[in-house]
Amino acid sequence: MQTKVENNKAWFLVMPVFLIVAFSAIIPLMTVVNYSVQDIFDPQTRYFVGTEWFKQVILDSRLHEALLRQFIYSLTILTIEVPLGICVALMMPTKGRGASIALILVAIPLLIPWNVVGTIWQIFGRADIGLFGAFMSYIGVDYNYASNPTDAWLTVVLMDVWHWTPLVALLCYSGLRAIPEVYYQAARIDRASRWAVFRYIQLPKLTNVLIIGVLLRFMDSFMIYTEPFVLTGGGPGSSTTFLSQALVQQAIGQFDLGPAAAFSLVYFLIILLVCWVFYTTIMNMQKDK
Amino acid sequence: MASITLNALAHSYTENPTKPEDYAIREMTHVWEQGGAFALLGPSGCGKSTLLNIISGLLEPSEGEVLFDGKRVNELKPEERNIAQVFQFPVVYDTMTVFDNLAFPLRNIGVPEYKVKSKVYEVAEILELSDQLNRKAKGLSADQKQKVSMGRGLVRDDVSAILFDEPLTVIDPQLKWKLRRKLKQIHEQFNITMVYVTHDQLEASTFADKIAVMYNGQIVQFGTPRELFETPAHTFVGYFIGSPGMNFFDVELNDTLTFGGHEIATSHDMLTRLKAMGASNIKVGIRPEFVHVWDGKNDDAFPVEVDYVEDLGTYKILSFLFNGQVMKARLSEDQKVPSGQIYVSFPEQWTKVYVDEYLVDLTAGSIENDKNKETDHAN
Repeated sequence: MQTKVENNKAWFLVMPVFLIVAFSAIIPLMTVVNYSVQDIFDPQTRYFVGTEWFKQVILDSRLHEALLRQFIYSLTILTIEVPLGICVALMMPTKGRGASIALILVAIPLLIPWNVVGTIWQIFGRADIGLFGAFMSYIGVDYNYASNPTDAWLTVVLMDVWHWTPLVALLCYSGLRAIPEVYYQAARIDRASRWAVFRYIQLPKLTNVLIIGVLLRFMDSFMIYTEPFVLTGGGPGSSTTFLSQALVQQAIGQFDLGPAAAFSLVYFLIILLVCWVFYTTIMNMQKDK
Repeated sequence: MASITLNALAHSYTENPTKPEDYAIREMTHVWEQGGAFALLGPSGCGKSTLLNIISGLLEPSEGEVLFDGKRVNELKPEERNIAQVFQFPVVYDTMTVFDNLAFPLRNIGVPEYKVKSKVYEVAEILELSDQLNRKAKGLSADQKQKVSMGRGLVRDDVSAILFDEPLTVIDPQLKWKLRRKLKQIHEQFNITMVYVTHDQLEASTFADKIAVMYNGQIVQFGTPRELFETPAHTFVGYFIGSPGMNFFDVELNDTLTFGGHEIATSHDMLTRLKAMGASNIKVGIRPEFVHVWDGKNDDAFPVEVDYVEDLGTYKILSFLFNGQVMKARLSEDQKVPSGQIYVSFPEQWTKVYVDEYLVDLTAGSIENDKNKETDHAN
């Protein structure tokens, strides 16, 4: 009989993963945790302050406003982008040259870097040289995203819808293509209406891609920074200042590392919490009763 | 309730078909009588599913007509045809309960809810789904799902025919048998025309009263399982039906039919007919079941060489070399296993003669057969 040598050498094989995860996620995150509990004046002078920064952040009314704005923003773009993305996907041709052309056209906004997107819309919305701005003033709407908070909001939302609806559309398009033809045939024989086909065949088959789509769009929109920074700079006033912008102002503008770190952690936990709640709810809804 | 008539029907997936090979369905005229249980049997790619989809209206035939009770329905969409179809892979509406699935076709045409309820309960009872009604259809097993998709056809009062497209493909073997019984039972109870597509001869013969065998886009024979077995109208039917298939060998026509110098017993009428036809491509076919294997030497039988014997449990298959060609004979269990040189004979009654792959039938049907052949050539 052969003697089996027992040792723990196999652990070395997983070492690279540990190292990568440590350097890419755990160490940076722990650094932030470290900052969040100290008051730092310079590398040698620092004091442990416990939960003080957290209390301050949680009670900060400026951040409350940004958080509220952030939620409204994310919800708005989700309510627009998800149905719109589904509609676009349903309308896209499925066969032939048309299908490839449509795919390329729809995918174009996704290929543009974020700060370029901001710049495009900044120019696009100007009444003097931008098509959109000029058109608005031509039809007699007093539109100015730089001075009117409503216009600023509208522009930021429009920009996001333009930029990211294609993602939802492409996800749904792939989901729709995966539905076998017999489902449609059976539905025809059952005399299902167009709406019933959508409601009972297409939508259920899209659930999985939609979950991914909603999660991605929620997380990305909740962390949006570049585009509004380029487009409105958070203004007018603080009407389009979202969480990440408020964070950057605090961390880099004022160099309040402690509160900014505490803020980051709270921010992170909110995203985690919302995603978890959303995912768990959907999964429970899908369970067989 | 309806009879389904296919009148000079043909279908091609190519734009401008010219050769017979361009057709998935070659021109055919065929009638499925009202209330019958029929099977459409054939190998993969012979056009069975195409034909089924034409009947249900999912495909529009490129030539000819489909008639329900004598009325042309070519232009009617599937939803207007009073047809139900069960597909190879069970189609259920995942998010709905079994009840809602069964109620779906009724609700779509605005049947009042109390009627929906009674009808669904009735059908669920027959399909033994009563205790599953409140479950989500997603969690059902494959055979239950297939029952649900069948049930959606049964709930409708207006359904005149149910088409099955290899419905048992994804069902476990031990449940296949049960479900097939259920189908048969439903057929008897509802008196609905049923057309069942399959490539499995056992499935076809247990389900159907009459089987249409399809080959290369044509129905080569339409008959009872027994007719298909005893008098295959085409060599393909001989190959395809039966396990193992029919033995065929090319024979020469001189004064008699001969195979490598051995005379094959045939009637005088048959020889006259063959000569009159000027036939050159002549085959003789005999079922392994009808090959007589003699225990000892026999001067009237052909000497053949035993190749091997397969024991299939309840019976044995003897493979032998007759004039260099492998042929099979079925031995009953108690028959002794021969070896070396043995003697076999082909009873004349079961020896069939085929010219250009079609049966030469000396009874009345033969004229029609010859005609079929001519149109085949013309195609």
